[in-house]
Amino acid sequence: MKQPSSTKRPRRTSAAKTAQSGAHALVVDHLTKRFGNRVAFSDVSFTVDYGEVFGFLGPNGAGKTTTVRTLGTLLTPSAGSAIVAGLPLTKANGVEIRRRIAIMPESPGLYLRLTVAENLRCFAGLYELPNTRERIDRALRAVNLLDRADDPCAALSKGLRQRVGLARALLSDPQVLFLDEPTSGLDPVAAREVHELIDGLRKSGVTIFLTTHRLEEAERLCDRVAILNTTLRTIGRPDELREQLFRKTLIVKTLAPLTAPESVLGGVRGVESWRRDGSGSYILTVSDPTVAAPEITRSLVAAGADVLQIAESRHTLEDVYLELVDEDVEAKAGRA
Amino acid sequence: MSWTRIRAIFVKELRDYRRNRFIMVTMALMPVLFIVLPIVDIFAIPVSAASAALDKRIGLSLLYMLIIPATVPATLAAYSVVGEREQGTLEPVLTTPIRAGEFLLGKALAVLVPTLVISYAMFGIFLACVGLFAHPAIANAIIQAPHLLIQLLFTPLLAGWSIWVGIAISARSTDVRTAQQLGTLASLPPLAVTALLSFGVIQQSVTLGVGLGAALLMIDALGWRVVSVLFDRERLVTGTRS
Repeated sequence: MKQPSSTKRPRRTSAAKTAQSGAHALVVDHLTKRFGNRVAFSDVSFTVDYGEVFGFLGPNGAGKTTTVRTLGTLLTPSAGSAIVAGLPLTKANGVEIRRRIAIMPESPGLYLRLTVAENLRCFAGLYELPNTRERIDRALRAVNLLDRADDPCAALSKGLRQRVGLARALLSDPQVLFLDEPTSGLDPVAAREVHELIDGLRKSGVTIFLTTHRLEEAERLCDRVAILNTTLRTIGRPDELREQLFRKTLIVKTLAPLTAPESVLGGVRGVESWRRDGSGSYILTVSDPTVAAPEITRSLVAAGADVLQIAESRHTLEDVYLELVDEDVEAKAGRA
Repeated sequence: MSWTRIRAIFVKELRDYRRNRFIMVTMALMPVLFIVLPIVDIFAIPVSAASAALDKRIGLSLLYMLIIPATVPATLAAYSVVGEREQGTLEPVLTTPIRAGEFLLGKALAVLVPTLVISYAMFGIFLACVGLFAHPAIANAIIQAPHLLIQLLFTPLLAGWSIWVGIAISARSTDVRTAQQLGTLASLPPLAVTALLSFGVIQQSVTLGVGLGAALLMIDALGWRVVSVLFDRERLVTGTRS
């Protein structure tokens, strides 16, 4: 596993976070889940702070949903331990843990013959919540569905159903909110609406454990991400992961190919190596782009080159993800 | 145990049934079928029928009445868990603080209450028809305290058996249709005993009635415990054993 990071971006304050300061919302320690001989996930360890939005990424079958179900007390871990919302993950604590958390599964699983409000009323009862009407109104307002309270769920679009699922998960003011692929199967507009809702929750300090394989979603919404492929491959802030996995590079483009690129690029301060990337295009590995870029510009100008572009190559979270998942694929192919 | 959570499931189930056309039609048609047959049979009995033949026909008619609480809940109970699983609504419910016992009791009560309402209503209609339109001698032979007591007591007991057996099958099934077929079959054994009693193969007595009632009551009470143990969240969510 890549080195975990403890550094986090400055966070907003919230009453919930302040109240819980100093504790972790989730502490997962060498957790493993097997179904017979099949390993769903193995030796997974991480922590999630209160108020944090934690992204859990991985390809299909990586064990993301099984991890959520295990932390949500639906499945019993095969090995390892965890503390969920301040309580050890044991069978005896199951009811109390479930009272403190909420899980929105990939499919919201609404009772389609019931109205939106009736669905929420049922769940308010299951959580034994006081002031049911007030809470339902607040949850529906949070997802902009107050005017659809009396509509049967069967009449709602997939995106609206997802929003009802989110409202249902918010009813009990959970300490930890697990969102399992919340935008799966949604069109871009509906997905953006869900993103905005999650962003709103994030700003209000709700602890969110978000599983997704949409990398731009994780990059946009999450403070930290973990990449799981049965085992935990890496964990950290998206920008840290980029730095861990990829060396800094500059892309240099000139109008015409350099006649002696080695003499122009090779000796420049801060350039560790370079290679051609097509005609008049060069990729340079540098120690620090802010130092190397001006030096390279001067060297190119001195050599009489017509410079079209000097830009830092930006690696996305997708690059990090693919790099790690490809490593796994290659390792498996090697073993075969 | 939380009655608030049990009530939440109970109310949700009743609302769901009310809007489910298939369930409403099933719950309405089956009892009608089982009330038309005995009424026709009672009116077809000749007044001059021998005492033994009369007892046999009356026994058969009353048996029809007991088929209602045995079979009506079987289909609903067998659907209760596996149906939710197929719809994808089970997992969200299981992520709430509800305990298996509370979930199952809520489900069972939601099947029991309409079953009792329908069964007693059908028996009331049957008695009204007999009292109003049957020959007084036949009506007198039917409307007797022991018959009424048996119907009143055995209706919830038989329904309880069908419900717990149906829910047990539902909790272990992967397919709604199979669960419903098995549930209906499993509701029949207590009816066999009732049939033997109705036809006089087993001689009716207060002691026997009380004994059978107590046995069914014990089975119903144990049923809840047994089904709660059989209810395996892991298996229901993933399809594999924990």
